[in-house]
Amino acid sequence: MGHHSNWPEWIYVGVIIALMCWVGAEAWNVERLVDHVPADAETIIVTGQQWFWTFEHEDGTVETGTLHVEAGKAYKFEVVSKDVNHSFNIHDYVVLMDAVPGRVNVVWFAPDKAGEHDIQCREYCGLIHYNMRGKLIVEEPSA
Amino acid sequence: MVLELQKPRPVWQIMFSTHHTDVGLLYLIMSIAFLFMGGTLPLLIRAELFFPGAQVIADSMTFNRIFTVHGTTLIFLFLLPSASAVGNYFVPIMVRYKDMAYPKLNAIAFWMIPPAGALIWLGFADFTWYATPPYSIISSPGPAADMWIFGLKILGISSVLGAINFVVTILKCKHPDMSIGQVPLLAWAFLSSSLIVIVAIPTFAAALLMLLTDRLGVTGFFNPAMGGDPIAYAHLFWFTFHPEVYVLVIPAIGMMYEIIPRFSRKPIFSKSSGIFAFVLLSVVSFSSWAHHMYATGMSFTEKTVFMLGTLAAVPASGMHVFNFVATMWNGRIKFLTPMMWSIGGIALFFSAGAGGVANAAMPLDFTTHDTYWVVGHFHLFVMGTIAFGTIGFIYYMFPYVTGRMYNETAGKIHFILSFIGTVLVFFTQHVLGLYGMPRRIFDYPEIPEWIVMNQIATVGAMIIGVSMLIFLINLIHSSAKGKPADIHDPFGLGGKYYYPFESKNPHH
Repeated sequence: MGHHSNWPEWIYVGVIIALMCWVGAEAWNVERLVDHVPADAETIIVTGQQWFWTFEHEDGTVETGTLHVEAGKAYKFEVVSKDVNHSFNIHDYVVLMDAVPGRVNVVWFAPDKAGEHDIQCREYCGLIHYNMRGKLIVEEPSA
Repeated sequence: MVLELQKPRPVWQIMFSTHHTDVGLLYLIMSIAFLFMGGTLPLLIRAELFFPGAQVIADSMTFNRIFTVHGTTLIFLFLLPSASAVGNYFVPIMVRYKDMAYPKLNAIAFWMIPPAGALIWLGFADFTWYATPPYSIISSPGPAADMWIFGLKILGISSVLGAINFVVTILKCKHPDMSIGQVPLLAWAFLSSSLIVIVAIPTFAAALLMLLTDRLGVTGFFNPAMGGDPIAYAHLFWFTFHPEVYVLVIPAIGMMYEIIPRFSRKPIFSKSSGIFAFVLLSVVSFSSWAHHMYATGMSFTEKTVFMLGTLAAVPASGMHVFNFVATMWNGRIKFLTPMMWSIGGIALFFSAGAGGVANAAMPLDFTTHDTYWVVGHFHLFVMGTIAFGTIGFIYYMFPYVTGRMYNETAGKIHFILSFIGTVLVFFTQHVLGLYGMPRRIFDYPEIPEWIVMNQIATVGAMIIGVSMLIFLINLIHSSAKGKPADIHDPFGLGGKYYYPFESKNPHH
């Protein structure tokens, strides 16, 4: 240990701490908004099982593999699993929530324009995990 | 020369020895063997992913088994034992004691590893190195899964025994004239990482037993069908294995602290800040485990707490980087192989840490979690930082172990190819993750961006494969035919900056 002064290191550590505070505050702020499910969101029950997705709409319609929603509306997914852990993922809309048996996990999104997007499983679930894929079809608003 | 390989001894004499350098040699040879066994598997994975569709691996079950054994082998049978190899060689000498505190326990801790490795390799389980329930309970085929569980159980006991030995050797057996502040940073690294092992491992040891009884059907700790909770396993697992990341990183940083001042021919910039950062890291390593679990349905408060706990590790890691750069500043740097690996390791450590901050920030994690981003991110740690530090140190201790010099040109080529390969594979995988490719998949749809980036990553992996072949040939050839090392100053550093390579403990 030499007899040099350590002030550059203290400044550097201070800059890192300030940066981390900024990252933390920004993340906290965004996540607070993302976590808040809008009151008028329509509920869709998403069931993961080896190795496909089932979607149950509020009106009782059940779809397998393909999910139809309307642009301009908010949707709340209640993600559940029938067997092992899965992870429900619409990458284009940053929708990601684990499907854990015995739990109901909630995530929401509001598609803004019509289009087709991939749905996939992002948690390892065995043999056909790689092909546990689906389609999200966002349609133009009906009314 | 410690091992006097130029005057060969019968193999059994080394195998049944309890002397710290003999046990260290056993650790070293075994971990290098597992490096090549575990390192061949990802080449198969990368070849498979070069194009969409089945290429070289017959089915997804085989693929899943391959990446499970790849991860388990390289973490538990290469990285951990190779750190123990270095610790066994240098810790007793650094604290000026004749051996490890408990030499027989030391040999026992080593000899537990080969049977554990055999269980893992003969079983070839498929449930990923994370063995996540309920998949691992209800879906994963035995006996492979059970053999994996027993293998990990044995490895856990072995690491706790090894860790106790390091802690006692450093704290209780150091020379009476030596204050704790005078203990070199490499030994401090082993002290910090061993303390983490002792606190962290028992949690996973318990979880493993619970997983086993769950598989046997007599309990349902993690089985929702019997009232259990898989998320409880996730907490227990990550409470052990997030700190475990630091168990691996801290010794590698310690090895860089050994190499960088010598090859810069300058004293370390601030030893006290190095010690402080080690201790701080080993404490904050316990505050961040659930950042692996943001997407399991955690509450906003939980996510916030673990994000802050994760970000708290950044200043301490940054202090190490600062220390290295400030040490090299104005130094008379000699760019020999060990130094190149250390500098490369620091650069990749910095990149890995920067990516880690993005993962820790809650909203970004939902983009990156369980995609190839994460694969790229943690490989920059395990390969880019830890393996780089360790491989550099293997070159550094080569003359000490064998009394001969390795081939310097081959060592440099090994580094340059490995560095290029590592950047090609793991930086590309970060981007691939942002494009949404999930990890642990055998096949993928024909998305043009995914195909291109997978191919870049595969080329990078093959470059690493070639470089490791050069490494292996260099090690074998030079230990038999290399030119004799100048044992007083094998790297020609001169002055007071060489390691006292002639210091050794007599065999007993």
